[in-house]
Amino acid sequence: MPFIEALFEYNFLQKALLTSVVVGLICGVIGCFIILRGLALMGDAISHAVLPGVALSYMLKINYFIGAVITGIITAIAIGFVSQNSRIKNDTSIGIMFTAAFALGIIMITMMNSSTDLYHILFGNVLAVRSTDMWLTIGIGIAVILLVTLFYKELLVTSFDETMAKAYGLPVKWIHYFLMTLLTLVTVASLQTVGIILVVAMLITPAATAYLLVDRLPTMIFLASTFGVLSAIIGLYFSFTYNLASGATIVVVATVMFLIAFIFSPKHGLLWKKLKMVKKASS
Amino acid sequence: MTNRAIEVNDLHVSYYGEEVLKGISLSVKKGNIVGVIGPNGAGKTTFLKAILHLIPKDKGDIKILGKNVNDARKKVAYVPQRNNIDWDFPITVLETVLLGTYPNLKIFRRPKKEDKKWAFECLKRVGMESFSKRQIGELSGGQQQRVFLARAIAQKADILFLDEPFVGIDVTSEEAIVNILKELSEEGKTLLVVHHDLSKVKEYFNQVILINKQLIDYGNVDDVFQYEKIKKAYQGQFAFLNEIGVGDHALH
Repeated sequence: MPFIEALFEYNFLQKALLTSVVVGLICGVIGCFIILRGLALMGDAISHAVLPGVALSYMLKINYFIGAVITGIITAIAIGFVSQNSRIKNDTSIGIMFTAAFALGIIMITMMNSSTDLYHILFGNVLAVRSTDMWLTIGIGIAVILLVTLFYKELLVTSFDETMAKAYGLPVKWIHYFLMTLLTLVTVASLQTVGIILVVAMLITPAATAYLLVDRLPTMIFLASTFGVLSAIIGLYFSFTYNLASGATIVVVATVMFLIAFIFSPKHGLLWKKLKMVKKASS
Repeated sequence: MTNRAIEVNDLHVSYYGEEVLKGISLSVKKGNIVGVIGPNGAGKTTFLKAILHLIPKDKGDIKILGKNVNDARKKVAYVPQRNNIDWDFPITVLETVLLGTYPNLKIFRRPKKEDKKWAFECLKRVGMESFSKRQIGELSGGQQQRVFLARAIAQKADILFLDEPFVGIDVTSEEAIVNILKELSEEGKTLLVVHHDLSKVKEYFNQVILINKQLIDYGNVDDVFQYEKIKKAYQGQFAFLNEIGVGDHALH
């Protein structure tokens, strides 16, 4: 059955589409700040670090959202604590802490004897999104966009020039942890769609694509979320039509968009840079 | 109202157990252009950052305009070293200057039309208005420095801290910046400028803070910029000073 027809027919597909569109949107927004602050690895870390929280929530029979946010934030704080209080550099600290959290999560989940759950958490299963998950994702989406809009000024200035922000009295550290909280929320919202392992791609790839195309943050955010949404829709289409893993397909679509921008971007693309060099050499 | 812009009393700062600033005390009056001079590794940038509590200090008391630093932050503007900025950041020249209006905006408030107008005026003052829509990475080093000076002016601060503003910039920009700094001091603003090119010290500043981990001397440029004192500050690097023409003969 063609995708569009199926979309009208099946409730589960509507939920899947809506959920992934929201995920694509908010990943694009938060992703812009993540890559501009050089926190791509941190994004990867936090997304993995929610695993023990999810496991713990299953054990305690509470919403996985609560546990995930808690372990995500704890890991972000632990990473900062280790790098600020020893000679260990930040990337090393990230590597140690997130793998530790992830390992702990795997042990906890295998203890519960449910390998299918682990598989879905790691790789996502958007076609099995339940109504509660969808509403949770939409709720997170609204909250994230609202918070970014409210604190846009502070996020912009701390991302661009942290020293200036500190000098005029902004609580730079708190803003960092605020962003880490948003990152955790976005990760949790993305669990069903792309899964823990691939969340970082949704955060970074559309934002990086936009970064290659424009020179202003508001347009970059707009474009990044557009690319996120487009990857979600196109990815879901291919996933449904050819029976492919949904999360992975969405990520591949996002990557194809990145590669096109990487080569053809008018300002920062490979092709035009080469052409300019040839022109210079011949003149 | 006090006429003291900055008071530093027995400031000690260390990195990883090694003391980089040892017991610095001084008091700068309003309206001066003060050069912070010293050899590489003398702690010039550290000194600036410690005054603003951007890095932790071991000991010492600092007052800005007679107040605690945290109560005086809106009266202070800081221009970082150029290599500390990500010049690929997606931000235009005017947007960069507009950041200067942020300290005076309340939380949740966005800059309005009059803020944008003010930012544009500041940009005009440094002669960069025709570049307002460019991405900042497209400018030359000197132009970038002028844009950051415009941002500091936009903050409407009473005290400006500039960290190595003349490094790697063209002569036109350097002259433009020096003239603006002089204008600002005539308006009563106080400027602390980290600087390492000794040849221009007498033209640029009316006072000098000479440091090498400890305060060698502070005062009017003619009193401080003396052969013996500079020799004391620069110690081993002194042979090099003679070569670039600020040794014995240049100072007498």
